[in-house]
Amino acid sequence: MANIEVGGKSYETDEEGYLINLTDWNTDVANYIAKTESIEMSDQHWEVINFLREYFDEYQIAPAVRVLTKAIGKKLGPDKGNSEYLYGLFPYGPGKQACKIAGLPKPTGCV
Amino acid sequence: MAEITAPAYRVIPIIPALKPGAMEGKGPFVASEKINEAIGFPGQLVEDWHDKAIARFGELLQKYRSLRVYMDACVHCGACTDKCHYFIGSQDPKNMPVARQDLMRSVYRRYFTLPGKLFPKLVGARDLTREVLDEWYNYYNQCSECRRCSVFCPYGIDTAEVTMAAREILDSIGYGQKYSNEIIGKVHKIGNNLGLPGPALEDTLEGLEEDVKDATGIDVKFPIDVKGAEVLLITPSADFFAEPHIDSLIGYAKVFHATGTSWTLSSIASEAGNFGMFIGNYEQLRKIALRIREAALELGVKRIVVGECGHAWRVAYSFWNTLNGVGDGAGEVDKFAQMLQKQLDHRYKQPTHICEFTWDHIQQGNLRFNKSLNDKHVITFHDSCNVARGSRMGDLPGGQFEIPRNIIRSVANNFVEMREGTTHEQTFCCGGGGGLLTDDLIDIRVKGALPRMEALHQVQQEHGVNFMATICAICKAQFTKVLPIYGFDRKVVGGVHQLVSNAIILGDQ
Repeated sequence: MANIEVGGKSYETDEEGYLINLTDWNTDVANYIAKTESIEMSDQHWEVINFLREYFDEYQIAPAVRVLTKAIGKKLGPDKGNSEYLYGLFPYGPGKQACKIAGLPKPTGCV
Repeated sequence: MAEITAPAYRVIPIIPALKPGAMEGKGPFVASEKINEAIGFPGQLVEDWHDKAIARFGELLQKYRSLRVYMDACVHCGACTDKCHYFIGSQDPKNMPVARQDLMRSVYRRYFTLPGKLFPKLVGARDLTREVLDEWYNYYNQCSECRRCSVFCPYGIDTAEVTMAAREILDSIGYGQKYSNEIIGKVHKIGNNLGLPGPALEDTLEGLEEDVKDATGIDVKFPIDVKGAEVLLITPSADFFAEPHIDSLIGYAKVFHATGTSWTLSSIASEAGNFGMFIGNYEQLRKIALRIREAALELGVKRIVVGECGHAWRVAYSFWNTLNGVGDGAGEVDKFAQMLQKQLDHRYKQPTHICEFTWDHIQQGNLRFNKSLNDKHVITFHDSCNVARGSRMGDLPGGQFEIPRNIIRSVANNFVEMREGTTHEQTFCCGGGGGLLTDDLIDIRVKGALPRMEALHQVQQEHGVNFMATICAICKAQFTKVLPIYGFDRKVVGGVHQLVSNAIILGDQ
């Protein structure tokens, strides 16, 4: 277990930097985690993060990569509805890296 | 995270120079109290771990005669030394299969043999100290249980079983690995390794129906929990979630559609994978396998078909018969296994691999393909270790090698083999099998992929290979991650049924 300090407040994370308490998440924490991942958050990043959080609220899991690309494609145009676009934003893999910034649990299994 | 780089290809692929201690360390993240207790293991390292570990070791030696034989039989001939992909990639001598086994064998000698009890130093026997225990944790989590070394062992010592025993002992004293144990908790609680709840699964499947309709104009269904369906498909949950896995799921659905097969998935058994095998724990292995029986009985299916998942197929082909009664062999007093036996249609293999299913229909002329749709690919096939060395397919020896290749040749024009000695029963592990497919082990995963990447690089140079097909969810996820580190595109890896999906003719197209 580890902790991160953001804006004078301490938040509990697991060994890999994923938030333990999902309710701890806020935009400052997201920006902080993004920085540790060497990602400069842009509007495009936030589109993805917000979609992940909305989906998680409904289904208690992050969306499948295909569901995510489709949703982004619908919202931002078909040229962005593909995994290349997402890998461009989140180079370590949209599934895990974007989930971490969005404050969601890490997808496990053979993924 | 530190920058992970690929080791250089070997100029001549022989035994690398040794780098003692190269992979020393603390091993992968240790499972937390919460994770361990959820699956009935001690939360953390118990106080009397030494005595408990030796006692468990003794029980395993009683229960598995094979383990005692493996502990006694090794003559240190050296045949296995350079056969392990983790040794080749890491150059750490403790990743030589014989040396990894000796971590346990030395302890075995000390506590379970007379010479070791009397003259430990003379026979290389060691006390089980905390240092030794930590070494076990580190190095037994650098083995993917792929069994390549066993192919070369003149005594047939199965190193995977030694690794499984070590992990079982470690789990019994509260020193388990986070990745595997967390996943086992999820499969019990939610029904699959991902933790994908029913509604999310349904939403994903509906989305796939839309996608296939958009792409082909055909209503290909992805049914779930349909009572009375003929086929129950058990597939790794990664097939619902990850890329390229999902493209093979689409391929299975198209094959079922084109052959007019009624089929269903199950929300309580939405996982083929069985990490109980990876940690060598029989109770977990059995409990995970029983969900499939429960689903099959509830849905009343006649056949059980297994999707593209390597270790799942080993469990299904080799162990399901006694674990859950899919396949002949369950005890006569096992009421539910007998019930399932009566229910299943024995004109078919139980279980059937999806590749057997597809190949049977290809042979019967029930499927049509436009092979030119795969012409953009020059394809090779990566044999997955648990399929290659732990199972079979079809009616002939070696069917597990030939059937996937036959399918590829039926749906595509360009197929080439990788170098001899790296395929079939001598295939190299992807580097992520056996419970190692976790980010905290990325260094050893990248190193362990070296021999496969060398063979792939060679066919890329000589034949322009740009697609490596495989039938394992772990292989797919591992290669997607490590291919770019070796300079390949991550989309070079994909499933056999992804190729089927590309070329299959549906309706009157």
